[in-house]
Amino acid sequence: MIKAMINNTEIEVPEGTTILAAAKKANINIPTLCYHPDLIPGGQCGICVVEIEGIPGLKRSCMTPIGEGWKVHTHTPRIMATRKQLLDLILSNHDTDCLTCIKNNNCELQGLAATLGINSIEYQKMEEKLPVDNTSVSIVRNPNKCIFCGRCIQVCSNIQSVNALAVNNRGYESAVTTAFDAGLGNSPCVNCGQCVVHCPVGALYEQSHIEDVWRAIHDPDLFVVVQEAPAVRVMLGEEFGMEPGSLVTGKMHAALRRLNFDAVLETNFTADLTIMEEGVELVSRLKSGKNLPLITSCSPGWIKFMETFYHTLIPHMSTAKSPQQMFGAIAKTYYAERMGIPPEKIVSVSIMPCTAKKFEAKRPEMRASGYQDVDYVLTTREIGRMMREAGIDLREMPDEPADDIMGEYTGAATIFGATGGVMEAALRSAYFLITGRELEQLEITPVRGLKGIKEAEVDIDGVKIKIAVAHSLGNARRLLDRVVEQLKNEGRSEYQFIEVMACPGGCVGGGGQSWGSNMAKRARRGEALYNEDRSLPYRRSHENPSIKAIYEKFLGSPNSEKAHKLLHTRYFKRSPIDGKIIDGENTTERR
Amino acid sequence: MNLVRNHILISIDSSTIMAGARAVERAFVDELLNRGLQDEVSVLETGSLGLINRGVVLVVYPEGVIYADVTTKDVPEIVEEHILKGRFVERLVVKEMPKQHVIKREKTGLLKEQPRIVLRNSGIINPESIDEYIATGGYEAASKIINEMKPEEVIEEVKRSGLTGRGGAAFSTGMKWDFARRAKGDVKYIICNADEGEPGTFKDRLILEGDPHKLLEGMLIAGYAVGAQYGYIYIRGEYVLSIERLEKAIKDAEALGLLGENIFGSGFSYHVSIKKGAGAYVCGEETALIESLEGKRGHPRSKPPYPVTEGLWGKPTVINNVETLANIPEIMRNGASWFRGYGTEKCPGTKVYTIIGHVATPGLIEAEMGTTLRDIIFEYGGGIKNGKKFKCALVGGAAGAFLGPDMLDVNMDFVSLREYSAVLGSGAILVMDEDTNIVEMLKNVLHFFRHESCGHCVPCRLGTAQLVKIIDRVADSKGKREDIDKLLRISEVMRDTSFCPLGQSLYLPISSTLKYFRDEMLSMI
Repeated sequence: MIKAMINNTEIEVPEGTTILAAAKKANINIPTLCYHPDLIPGGQCGICVVEIEGIPGLKRSCMTPIGEGWKVHTHTPRIMATRKQLLDLILSNHDTDCLTCIKNNNCELQGLAATLGINSIEYQKMEEKLPVDNTSVSIVRNPNKCIFCGRCIQVCSNIQSVNALAVNNRGYESAVTTAFDAGLGNSPCVNCGQCVVHCPVGALYEQSHIEDVWRAIHDPDLFVVVQEAPAVRVMLGEEFGMEPGSLVTGKMHAALRRLNFDAVLETNFTADLTIMEEGVELVSRLKSGKNLPLITSCSPGWIKFMETFYHTLIPHMSTAKSPQQMFGAIAKTYYAERMGIPPEKIVSVSIMPCTAKKFEAKRPEMRASGYQDVDYVLTTREIGRMMREAGIDLREMPDEPADDIMGEYTGAATIFGATGGVMEAALRSAYFLITGRELEQLEITPVRGLKGIKEAEVDIDGVKIKIAVAHSLGNARRLLDRVVEQLKNEGRSEYQFIEVMACPGGCVGGGGQSWGSNMAKRARRGEALYNEDRSLPYRRSHENPSIKAIYEKFLGSPNSEKAHKLLHTRYFKRSPIDGKIIDGENTTERR
Repeated sequence: MNLVRNHILISIDSSTIMAGARAVERAFVDELLNRGLQDEVSVLETGSLGLINRGVVLVVYPEGVIYADVTTKDVPEIVEEHILKGRFVERLVVKEMPKQHVIKREKTGLLKEQPRIVLRNSGIINPESIDEYIATGGYEAASKIINEMKPEEVIEEVKRSGLTGRGGAAFSTGMKWDFARRAKGDVKYIICNADEGEPGTFKDRLILEGDPHKLLEGMLIAGYAVGAQYGYIYIRGEYVLSIERLEKAIKDAEALGLLGENIFGSGFSYHVSIKKGAGAYVCGEETALIESLEGKRGHPRSKPPYPVTEGLWGKPTVINNVETLANIPEIMRNGASWFRGYGTEKCPGTKVYTIIGHVATPGLIEAEMGTTLRDIIFEYGGGIKNGKKFKCALVGGAAGAFLGPDMLDVNMDFVSLREYSAVLGSGAILVMDEDTNIVEMLKNVLHFFRHESCGHCVPCRLGTAQLVKIIDRVADSKGKREDIDKLLRISEVMRDTSFCPLGQSLYLPISSTLKYFRDEMLSMI
């Protein structure tokens, strides 16, 4: 333990504790800007500097471990003046059109300017305006807002191992950009949006579909259906100042209805459908022993990552579409048919914790219904903005159920939003499919939690299957390198079933979540999903009455020909240089 | 063996090559051949004689007459007049030379000349000949050490010598080696920092071009002392001749078993290789250099951990400047107390300077630590050009301080200058006469920093950009009175909060300019 003084408060902290963390313990908030609790401090901004008696110069508190007997001062006149000067420099190079900025009221830079009491910008503005990167269908990058904190680069390379973003040029000309300055849409970017959720300012944000959705809602000719991803119900509350992990399923349905969506349906319903398709797929592969391990396919960031860096694993991928795309395909077929609405009048909107879903919806093969299956994708942030614009306060909403015939769901579906959830849900049903008996111990705890790669062995009637779960693409890379190696050397892998989610924490940590997120919040949202699971009458996908109905009345059975046509997909090999499809090779046909 | 009556030593360094030294060399060979003198007169190559901006430079022995600005047209005349008739070609003879010795000022004020340490062989031996290096006592120290001394004893001797880093930071070399020796690690590295990027500094280039084996021997001794297996020379890519000569030197040393496996049969193996830098100033900063050497962008790392514990690829690493390492063979050959005979008590040894600007004889010199700026300018540099008055000198490169007339008698060594918030830095001395426009000078420095900032941290990236805006305004006579204070304020923030020394050091040129020339700057407003 280290004993030291911060502003005359004595503290005792374990060795290696940074001054910033030690000060927090003493209830002293040192202002920061580039620092993010989930990332390695890069020391770019210098805002968090402190003075240490007997040590010349100022030290960055975010990256300086406190020393024995140190006397640290965090708010001397010299430090306060220095911080203002630094912030002044940053503002001299920042497009300060705060009122029209997407981050207005959510901007860490804005917050810091308020905290430090900046009332004028002393230094001359740098005038150059750089072009906004609009090449991606998911993510927009406005370099004029970038403050060069380095978070997006660190997330993209260290955590996601995608390396789409990097620094170009040097010094004042330094720019965060993609290779060849080609734009995110022409890069290996997988649209996961982790750069977006880590950006402290308005330099990175989603391609908004808000205006399109308003237009559709206001068009009396169109029938607008909406689906909400599992994770959205545990993060939407944060858009309205509620605690992270508040479960707002009923309030969300009510609010969406008040936004005048014509039908409030559920992605969770198609999550159950996904389990039926993927579960049968798992059982058949386990029986044939072919193309094992089976790898999940719900996360579109992961899919593009796989197509770009691990296309040799295409035969191992589950061909089941993600719940969003299954919803899209059946909304314009089954739902249209049953409700008597012409499919061309249906506008299908999804609400996702995700930016990659915008890319997924626009994939040319996602037109199984004969139309673009999902028309618009809104992030949690976007739907929050729409509700606020419409004068809806989520906190005041009553609890309402979703609409029939695509609104009913089980606990297995809702845990899709947390890392390990798809695996757990699939095993609950696969057990039944193989043995004909129900799994008694429903909660498969080894696959829960935020450990990067989780492994477990499951006993299905004496047959042991080995499973692994990876969240964040960096962890996926670590796991899959092992799998590829095993497949190459031994012809088989130790695993039979693998779940991959692109984002840290799974969908509750998605690129479409509320601003200012961190791992602690992600963990609380995950917990809330497991709570909902426990509270629901059905906890296994195959028990969902609406699922039984759709197979009975429309699809026949899981993996039937119709199911294949609507609910399954194929994958392509992509270039790691620009992320585009390389035609003619390694593309699996619809099976 | 032929009896050679004259030696013509042609200085082959980067600048003389550009002036046509190779063509002059060929012209001499041809001319001598035509006159049948090829067996009586030998044409040899050597390193820099320390003279710069004077075209092709050569020295004819035994007279020791130095000619400069020689072209191929002058060759027949030199052979006809000097070699055959013994009459010097006066119009080409160099009268003022940068001193080829280390000058010691005695208590009586008399000057005494002592041999050089680092530049001992420069301009004398053929740098491409390992035999000539060995003939001057080269690799003697290394062989003695590796065969007879324990690494700890070597480190002890280096510590006793009081040698400190010549790259500018002046950290004790012996201590640095000791830290790395004690650091845990199966693999250890020695890196020679030859990424000489300080504007106006080219001492490392001339050391390397003039005596590459001296560096290799220094690296070999460092490797043995620290327990390293690999040495890297991180060198500016533009230093083409240095690289060529180093490559040859490494090959020759390997051929003789002075580098490679099982050196001198001692069981000690040590490999040296060269890595060319791409010319970023920040890569002279040791951690940015390491990043670059690892193939990454040259951004500084946060310290601690220091390279001696976690350096190249996370292994204990010693990074020494070229000049520091070039001191090592002489220290080990002659002993620490001999070395302490040079310089001051706190800063023993010599310092190699490049003296440029408005001096009569700009060039490369080696002076004792503690020599006054006055002696450097007036004794070594021949005084101010054209009899003008001294205005100031920028000492230590672009990141150094402007020293005015009141600093002429301050001792030039790391410790003394620190008292005046100045630095010796890389050893560049840019002398300015009374006609120099100080605002233009500062503008030059600030533009350099804006260009070379790596962009990692806010104070440096945006501070340099604002500084340039302000100084451009002032130089354009569009400045405001408060601009002068803004310059100082930004540089203070940069000094206090920049991530690495690049941004921190800009305070020196700005604050020293304002100390001496505030009025001159205000007159521009």
